[in-house]
Amino acid sequence: MYQYDNYDQAMVDQRVAQYRDQTRRFLAGELTEEQFRPLRLMNGLYVQIHAPMYRVAVPYGLMSSKQIRKIADVSRRYDKAYVHFTTRTNFQMNWPKLEDVPDIMAELATVQMHSIQTSGNDIRNTTTDELAGVCANEIEDPRPWCEIIRQWSTFHPEFAYLPRKFKIAVIGTEEDRAATQLHDIGLHLVKNHEGEIGFEVLVGGGLGRTPILGQVIRSFLEKKDLLSYLEAILRVYNRLGRRDNKYKARIKIMVREHGLSHIRELVEAEWVHIRKQLVLDDKEIARVKQYFTEPAYEATAANDVSFAQMQVEDATFARWVKQNVRDHKKLGYKIAFITLKAPLVPPGDVTSDQLDVIADLADEFSMGEIRASHSQNLLLSDVKQGDLYALWLRLQAEGLATANMNTMADMICCPGLDFCGLANATSIPLAKKINERFDDLDYLYDLGDIKIKISGCMNGCAHQSVGHIGILGVDKKGEEWYQFTLGGSSEADASLGERLGRAIPKDEVVDTVVTLLEVFKELRYEDELFLATVRRVGIDPFKERVYADN
Amino acid sequence: MQIIKDREIVENNWLHLDDEATLVAGDITVSLTRWQEQHVTLSKHEGGLGLRLTGEDPLEEIVPDLAAFSMMVLIFPAFIDGRCYSFARLLRDRYHYTGEIRAQGDVLRDQLFYMSQSGINSFELANPDNIESALSAFNDFSESYQTTALKPQPLYRRR
Repeated sequence: MYQYDNYDQAMVDQRVAQYRDQTRRFLAGELTEEQFRPLRLMNGLYVQIHAPMYRVAVPYGLMSSKQIRKIADVSRRYDKAYVHFTTRTNFQMNWPKLEDVPDIMAELATVQMHSIQTSGNDIRNTTTDELAGVCANEIEDPRPWCEIIRQWSTFHPEFAYLPRKFKIAVIGTEEDRAATQLHDIGLHLVKNHEGEIGFEVLVGGGLGRTPILGQVIRSFLEKKDLLSYLEAILRVYNRLGRRDNKYKARIKIMVREHGLSHIRELVEAEWVHIRKQLVLDDKEIARVKQYFTEPAYEATAANDVSFAQMQVEDATFARWVKQNVRDHKKLGYKIAFITLKAPLVPPGDVTSDQLDVIADLADEFSMGEIRASHSQNLLLSDVKQGDLYALWLRLQAEGLATANMNTMADMICCPGLDFCGLANATSIPLAKKINERFDDLDYLYDLGDIKIKISGCMNGCAHQSVGHIGILGVDKKGEEWYQFTLGGSSEADASLGERLGRAIPKDEVVDTVVTLLEVFKELRYEDELFLATVRRVGIDPFKERVYADN
Repeated sequence: MQIIKDREIVENNWLHLDDEATLVAGDITVSLTRWQEQHVTLSKHEGGLGLRLTGEDPLEEIVPDLAAFSMMVLIFPAFIDGRCYSFARLLRDRYHYTGEIRAQGDVLRDQLFYMSQSGINSFELANPDNIESALSAFNDFSESYQTTALKPQPLYRRR
């Protein structure tokens, strides 16, 4: 993984010093709340209902065991000994003290971590495929490009006060595990007719109040032009994006109001001017790529027979393998997901003690690296198949072997009314209630892949509009109601969910999920997946039953 | 009033004329509207002439006139309005404007670093009481990854 040099380290250390002084001046009354707010946001600090919430960047989801141990350490010393992983592969601490944040930041800087631009109206952490570099059929590893974008976007002086937040995601496969079509800019590594690798560039995707899928603004961009093209898009957005209404300030609204072809003209016109000035040279690309070279895989790993044997001998292990383990591009290696979706635990939460164990397991079994995924899970990306049984036993002992990847229990959920100042309704307790009702794993396996996403307000942090089942909390005269959508997807076949009908009161939400699944089971062909059934039959059969029951 | 210019505290010697105010001798700045209406008269003005722009204004239309101005004033109605950062970059990089570029309005210590990197070189602070301590802001960071108005090569060319 990428290692800071003196320049990178100085930049992060100087940021700590800058923010320490800003915090001091705020506490001394030299900065007003209004003046301090954007400064703390661009350092990841929100002020929520119960306490501040501090968000730390995990660039493109990749962490070392040393970093994981540091996260465990700071969450013990400055918080309640757990952290929460988000859909954009960052992590959050829910209970830090505002005055402690500079110290936490300084601790994180010692392991090359930071919280730069994890909130605020700036360019956020660039995300990617959780299987980058280890999946088959990859055109090219997207992570070096994420790091190049991270450096370009970090402290970009021109783009620190954009109309609104700005998110970029990069992938290198046809499958889309990073929801790129729902980002302000989505970058797809592609091969052109001449066999050269470059980028397809999407612009104007986003969730929130007005979910819109991104559109292709350029079908092929040469690698050397990546930064100049990004800079051109950002400059057009910085000048033209709306600043009169924060709900209309995202680039997706600018693209919709002006039309894609007009925006493309503006971007290309801008790009012509700066293209020659900001060429990414081969030397820099090679410098960054050297940190993402393939590790020394052992060819003998494929000779192992214990993996197949243990699946025969231990049905529980076999079930975990089926649900939580994915194929690796190298024969003999596997990718093991550690789902942070144990029943009755808020989705994405992990304790400090568990983090320490995960760090040890990564050292022992997976070359010392851990990844965070868009689905709010962690994964070990390079496990020899012969080690999987030993790994699984250790995970089981820590309550980390819940075999529910991609089942309905693998929900995406925002912090909701319990932790977030913006929310209208709770989300985590609903996820708990759904898990309580569906506690039979065999039933979940039978249902197959179902993505439920629950957001506590219109901002849609859990991406409910692209959930197979989306649940959105709304406030009705002080009461919590929930709006259902069906048939959304954030993958390569991305689509926005369709509204089921009027909002449903809180105490009927779980029953509604039960009804939806009954209808699905009646209508599905054999092993058809929920999304496929919804797409085939439409939402009417679901609608009729849900509202007939009411 | 004191301002920061080229990282030093100096006395402001410019007068920002309202559109209704009568022309006076000396260094003055005018709004875009006044420039458009009175450019013939203003071109003969003895003393420095500066133009005030907001992020709403059509920067590209002013470019042919740039030589008439020894100062460009970029107005930040609120410090979170970042449009004029792009204006400063364009003035320096694309239009090769070498005169003074001044930030006016909601100009605070914590934005000075990015403003200077974008090409702004003088600052009328919203609260001039803190002008001494604000000077340290220019040293918040010793390097920048990007090409900036101050560093025409990105960091990767200097690594």
